[in-house]
Amino acid sequence: MEEILRVEHLHKKYDDLGVLEDVSLSVHKGEVIAIIGPSGCGKSTFLRCLNGLEDIQDGRVILHDEIINPCDDVKKLQKSREKIGMVFQSYDLFPHKTILQNVTLAPVKVQKRDKAEVEAEAMELLTRVGLESKKYNYPRQLSGGQKQRVAIVRALIMHPEILLLDEITAALDTEMVREVLEVVLSLAREGRTMIIVTHELQFARAVADRVIFMDGGNIVEEGAPDEFFDHPRTERTRKFLDNERFTVQPS
Amino acid sequence: MGSLGFEVLFKGTNMLRLLEGLGVALKISLVSVLISIVLGIAFGMLVSMKKPAVNAVFNVYLEIVRIMPQMVLLFIVYFGTTKSLGLNLSAEAASIIVFSFWGTAEMTDLVRSAIISIPVIQYESSAALGMSRLQTQLYIIIPQTIRRLIPLSINLITRMIKTTSLVMMIGIVEVLKVGQQIIEANRKSSPNAAFGVFATVFLLYFIACWPISQLSKYLENKWVK
Ligand SMILES: Nc1ncnc2c1ncn2[C@@H]1O[C@H](COP(=O)(O)OP(=O)(O)O)[C@@H](O)[C@H]1O
Ligand SMILES: [Mg+2]
Repeated sequence: MEEILRVEHLHKKYDDLGVLEDVSLSVHKGEVIAIIGPSGCGKSTFLRCLNGLEDIQDGRVILHDEIINPCDDVKKLQKSREKIGMVFQSYDLFPHKTILQNVTLAPVKVQKRDKAEVEAEAMELLTRVGLESKKYNYPRQLSGGQKQRVAIVRALIMHPEILLLDEITAALDTEMVREVLEVVLSLAREGRTMIIVTHELQFARAVADRVIFMDGGNIVEEGAPDEFFDHPRTERTRKFLDNERFTVQPS
Repeated sequence: MGSLGFEVLFKGTNMLRLLEGLGVALKISLVSVLISIVLGIAFGMLVSMKKPAVNAVFNVYLEIVRIMPQMVLLFIVYFGTTKSLGLNLSAEAASIIVFSFWGTAEMTDLVRSAIISIPVIQYESSAALGMSRLQTQLYIIIPQTIRRLIPLSINLITRMIKTTSLVMMIGIVEVLKVGQQIIEANRKSSPNAAFGVFATVFLLYFIACWPISQLSKYLENKWVK
């Protein structure tokens, strides 16, 4: 399969704090990668480096054949970002715009696509996630789970080549987690390329082609989901999985 | 006997004089409000860029405005400039300077707080969608800033209009001043003139400020989450 994204020896520091130390990764078309790891290990930072929201101290990020980080050419970076969809953990819809406007703004203003065509596609996507009736509502009128589904649609309508999802269910009440994860699962089934940071281990196992365990700013272990979860090779991975399983199922 | 003093208002041109007074007061506030809004937006954008030197200067300015009563500022500008600097500043111009000096400080602070209250994630999710900095400002940041700003600045405008009555202290023919003159002139014939005149002054200010504060409430309900 064709390689879409390549990360080479990425180093990231916040002032003196080294967050990512020599992380490399290759993502192929249609691949779903789940990243797990303790809080504060640099998962969000890693995703943010991939679309240039963070500058990096060493290494590079390559989308197809273009270096997008480091990148001094603002126009080129903006173009590349259209190809990388991102959904954040915290709700990030535009509060002053309706659901439909949230979804159609970037394709119309950034990609200069035809408004009628974009709205038709927006309605199709909103219907797919069960939110067509909310098109004239404002974000504040939606539940957390609904907002995250809209955020996914807002990323999808740009026709990105890869989706970055950063703990998109972490801020949700448990009863809303499922409706969001089901949307992500359906995207995986239709062959979307995704990097998913999640703390839902069951979900990671179900959705991913490859699971990556990050700790201390490094990739500690990676593998196919069944292999990874049933036979972790390192002590650190085993410890993390034991811990997570205990906190996930306290009874 | 038993009169509430309203009858003095209908003597001669008294009512007309009161209305003219209100006109001068409103003119002073409107001109000051306009200057404050324009300068406040410009300074607010400057201050929200978080340059330490700019912020230090603005904070001193804001402190001065908050600590000094407007009346003291009025006396300093009016008597200070005319008497010690020999400039011949009209009372109206002095008032506009003082009210703009005050309003600009308050407006700058409102604009600054409105801008910095927009969460970083709004900038980041716009960038992640491929928007340029200009597009982000135009479609995302400025509209949200304005929505936060409108109820706050209307509150400021209302306060500025009310405070204009201070102007009478330096002798502008303005509502309270006219009121005072009418009371003095009618001390013999209508001993209760004070009540009637001040009730009318109160009513006139109410009529000037009430629509603005209603508008402010309406916009607040509409736009503030
Ligand atoms: N803007 C920032 N400035 C300084 N330190 C940061 C910043 N963002 C994150 N960090 C630090 O970087 C580390 C990794 O953070 P993050 O990538 O958010 O971890 P994760 O997503 O795995 O929980 C943490 O120690 C965090 O405190
Ligand atoms: Mg995180």
